[in-house]
Amino acid sequence: MAKKLEKVDVVVVGSGWAGGIVSAEAAKAGHKVVTLERGKPVDRGDYVGVKDELRFSDRYEMMQNLAPETITSRNTLDEEALPVRTRNEMMAGTDLGGGSVHWAGATYRWRPIDFEIRSKTIERYGEKKIPEGMIIRDWGITYDEMEPYYDKWEKTAGISGEPDPLGDKRSSDYPNPPMKESPAIRLFKDTTKKMGYHPYQVASANLSQSYKNPDGETIAQCMFCSFCTEYGCDFGAKSDPLVTVIPTAIKTGNCEIRTNSLVRRVLHENGKATGVMYVDLRTGIEYIQPADVVVLGAFSFTNNRLLMLSKIGEQYDPVTRKGVIGRNFNGQFNITFLGARGFFDKKKFNLFMGAGALGGTLSDFAGDNFDHTDLDFINGGGIELRQYGHGPIATNSVPKGTKGWGPEFKEKSVHYTNRSLVAWYTPAVMSWWHNYTSLDPTYTDEFGDPLLRITNKYTDHDKAMAKFGIEKCTGIMEKMGADIVDPDSIPEEFDHIYDGGHYAGGVSMGENPETSAINNYLQLWDMENLFVVGGSAFPQFGGHHPTATIGALSYRASEGVIKYLKEPGLLTQPKKEGAKA
Amino acid sequence: MSETQVPKNTQDKKGMSRRNFMKNTGLLAGGLVGGGLFGGLITNQMKKQPASDKKPAASENKDMEARTFFSKTEDFETISAATERLFPEDKAGPGAIALGVPYFIDRQLSSDWGSNAKEYMKGPFPQNQEAAYYEDQSKDQNKQGPNSVTQVAAPTPRYQTRMNRGEIFREGVKTLQDTAQSKHKKKFFELEGEQMDEILTMLEEGKVRMNGIHSTVFFNLLLQTTIEGAYADPVYGGNRNMAGWKMKEFPGPRMGYLGQIEDEEFAVMKQESLRDYQEMWG
Repeated sequence: MAKKLEKVDVVVVGSGWAGGIVSAEAAKAGHKVVTLERGKPVDRGDYVGVKDELRFSDRYEMMQNLAPETITSRNTLDEEALPVRTRNEMMAGTDLGGGSVHWAGATYRWRPIDFEIRSKTIERYGEKKIPEGMIIRDWGITYDEMEPYYDKWEKTAGISGEPDPLGDKRSSDYPNPPMKESPAIRLFKDTTKKMGYHPYQVASANLSQSYKNPDGETIAQCMFCSFCTEYGCDFGAKSDPLVTVIPTAIKTGNCEIRTNSLVRRVLHENGKATGVMYVDLRTGIEYIQPADVVVLGAFSFTNNRLLMLSKIGEQYDPVTRKGVIGRNFNGQFNITFLGARGFFDKKKFNLFMGAGALGGTLSDFAGDNFDHTDLDFINGGGIELRQYGHGPIATNSVPKGTKGWGPEFKEKSVHYTNRSLVAWYTPAVMSWWHNYTSLDPTYTDEFGDPLLRITNKYTDHDKAMAKFGIEKCTGIMEKMGADIVDPDSIPEEFDHIYDGGHYAGGVSMGENPETSAINNYLQLWDMENLFVVGGSAFPQFGGHHPTATIGALSYRASEGVIKYLKEPGLLTQPKKEGAKA
Repeated sequence: MSETQVPKNTQDKKGMSRRNFMKNTGLLAGGLVGGGLFGGLITNQMKKQPASDKKPAASENKDMEARTFFSKTEDFETISAATERLFPEDKAGPGAIALGVPYFIDRQLSSDWGSNAKEYMKGPFPQNQEAAYYEDQSKDQNKQGPNSVTQVAAPTPRYQTRMNRGEIFREGVKTLQDTAQSKHKKKFFELEGEQMDEILTMLEEGKVRMNGIHSTVFFNLLLQTTIEGAYADPVYGGNRNMAGWKMKEFPGPRMGYLGQIEDEEFAVMKQESLRDYQEMWG
C-alpha cells in the first residue's frame, strides 16, 4: 500500500527548466510546492574539477540510466519496435536540473511564423503548399504573446547576446553582451557578410560576464574551457536550473524538492487530477502525493508516457487519426543538423578552446525570410558555425573517402584535429500523421509498465529541406576557404539514434481539443488541474534550438497554474472552427 | 615513457593560474565571493594550496599493466594486435599498444560499462532481419545531431544482442582467432599486417558470422574503444604519458581560455592531466 502524504498546492514532476521554472514561480507566489525528480541530488560542486571527456561524453555520466527504462523505436506502423538499448543511441538528461544542466546554451527565440505556420503558409502560398499528411497547425499563441515570456526567461538565465539583424520585435535587449569571437567564428561571419547574409553571434547561456538575475541568483562568467555540452559547468557560468530557478524555489521556503523520486502515475478522479504516485528509488517505498494542481514538467518522453500510463486523455490512433495524446510527435532529428565540413590545410584554429554556445549564426534561411514559391518545403532554419571546444576522442574527422581506421586514418585525423570546421542547418521539422508516440506492446520497465514507443520516419519534405541546407552550408564553407569541403549526405531513413535531446510533441498545444492536448496555458483540455510543460507541447518544431521556447512556455504555464489556483476552470476556451488540423 | 613530470605549477605562460582565474572572473575583486552559491563554493573548493610534485610521475606506476578482464595472454595479445592495426605507430607518434590502449580496453570491459550496467538488457532479443537491419544501418548518420561533435568518431554500435560488451569482446576475440586459424592456420597476432587487416575488414563489413551479433557491431565497439583508449585521460590506462594528446596538441583539462579565445595564433601548450587539474582545485 502506498503511503499517503499531506496535500500540497502544486506537485511538479521534473526539475529541469520546465519543472524548475514552474516550481520557482508557484513557490514565489506563496503556494506550497513539492518537486519530484527521479535522478540523484546534485549541486554545482558535483561538476567542479571533473573535466573528463570519457566519463561525460562517452560514458554519459549525466544521462539517464537506461537499465530500468528506455524507449522503443520503429519507422512504420507495420513494424515491431525494438528497444533503444544503449546510451550511445539515446541521450536524455537525469539528476537534479535534468537535461537543462548538460545543455550547450544556444538560445534562440522562435519566429512569428513558427507559431502561426499553418495560417501564414496558406496566406502567402495557398493551401496546396502544405503537403498531404502534414498535420502542422497554429499554436494558439502568437510571437507577440510569447514575447514577454521570452524576455523573462532570458533575464532569469542571463542570456548573453546581440539581436538577430533579421529578428523580430523585442521589448528589451539581452541582459548581457555577446560572447567573444574566436577566429573561426570571425571567418564565418566575415565570409557570410560578404556573401550578403546577416550573421551575428549566437545568443548564449554561457555568460559573457558575471550577472545577478532578477531572482537574486548569481551566474559567473564563462571561461571558454570547452568542457560544456554534456557537462555541468565547473564555474557556475552556464545558466542552468542549479544556479537559477532551483535555489530560487528553495529559498522561498515553500518548495520541497525530493530527488530519487520516480513518478509512476498521475492519480485522478472524476476528471480531476488528485496527485501523483511515486517510488523512492532508494527504498522502493511507494508514496501518494496529493495536490490541487499537478504539473508534468519532465522530459518530453516522460510527459507523454505518464499520461498514457495514467490513462489520461485519448491516445492518438494513426489509423483513424483520432485522439490527441501521442499525436504531433516531432523534433530536431538526425536529418537536421546537416551541412558541410571544411578541411583547412593552411589554417589552424584553437579548437580545443570553446564553449557550448560559442558560435556564429544567420537567419537568412530561417522561417519565411526567403521565398518558398519554387521550393518543395516550408519554413527553414538557422545556419550555424559552433565552437564547442573539441575533445580529442570526438575530434577525428577525416575527408570523405579516407578509410575509417589504419595508417591513413591516423595521419589525417591527427593532422585535421585543429583544421576542420562545420557549418550546419537547423531546420524546423514538421509533424506528420504517421509520426507519433504510444505504449509499446512488448517491452516493459523495471516495474512491468510498458515502455514508450516512438514511430517515426523521414519524409520527402525533410529530405528537401536537408538538401537545401547542405547546399547553402557547402557554399559558405567553400567561400570560407576550406581546401576540402565535404557536404553531408542525406540519410534514407531514420536510424533510431536519439541524439541531442531535441525530441518534442505528443502532448501538443492548440486551439481545438480534437487535435491538441493542451491549451495555450499548457493546461490539459481533458483535465483542467493538470498542466503538461516542456518540449512535449510543440505541435511542430521551430527552425532553431528549442530551449528558450521551453523556458518561455514554462513561464506561461506558471502564470496559468497561479491563475488556476486563484480561480479554477479552463483558462482558454476551445475554438473548433477554423482550427482544422 | 619517462619524460613526463607533474608540472611544478599549473600554469602556462599564457595559461591561467588559479589566482589569475579568480582575478579574471571577478571572484577576488568582489561581488561574487561570499555572495550566493558560487561564492561559497569557490572559496571552499580552492582553499588548498597547489600540491607539490612529490607524487611519482604517472609513467613510473606500472601497476596498471596487468589484466583484469582477459585471463589468457593469448586473448589479450589478439586484441592488442588488432588495436595496433586500427591505430598504428607512425611518425606522428605512438600506436595503440605503446599508448596502453589494450590495457584501457581490458579495464573498461571489467567496469560497469563492460557489463552494460546502465543499458536496457531486457528481452525479447529477436534475431531476425529487422534486428540485423537495426544493427547494420548506414554509417553516414552517426555524426549528426547537436551533440554529435562531442562523440567518438566511430559508428554507433546499435545494440540488439543479449550479450553485454564484455561478452561481445570474448566472442570477438574468438572470431578473430578462429578466422585466422581457418584462413591461415596461424594465430591472429602472428599474421602479417595485411592479413590482419583483411580479417578486420571482413568483420567491419559484416562478412564474418558471429553468434548472437552482427560482426559490424563488434568491429565498431573495437574501433570506438581503440580511439577512446588513445585519447581518454591517462587515469583510464591508455593515452600513456598523454602522448595521444601531444600528437593532437590537446592541452588537457584547463581552467579556461578567456584570455586566448580571440587569438589568431595557434596556442601550443604543455599537456596536463585530470590529476594535475584536480590537484589545482585541491
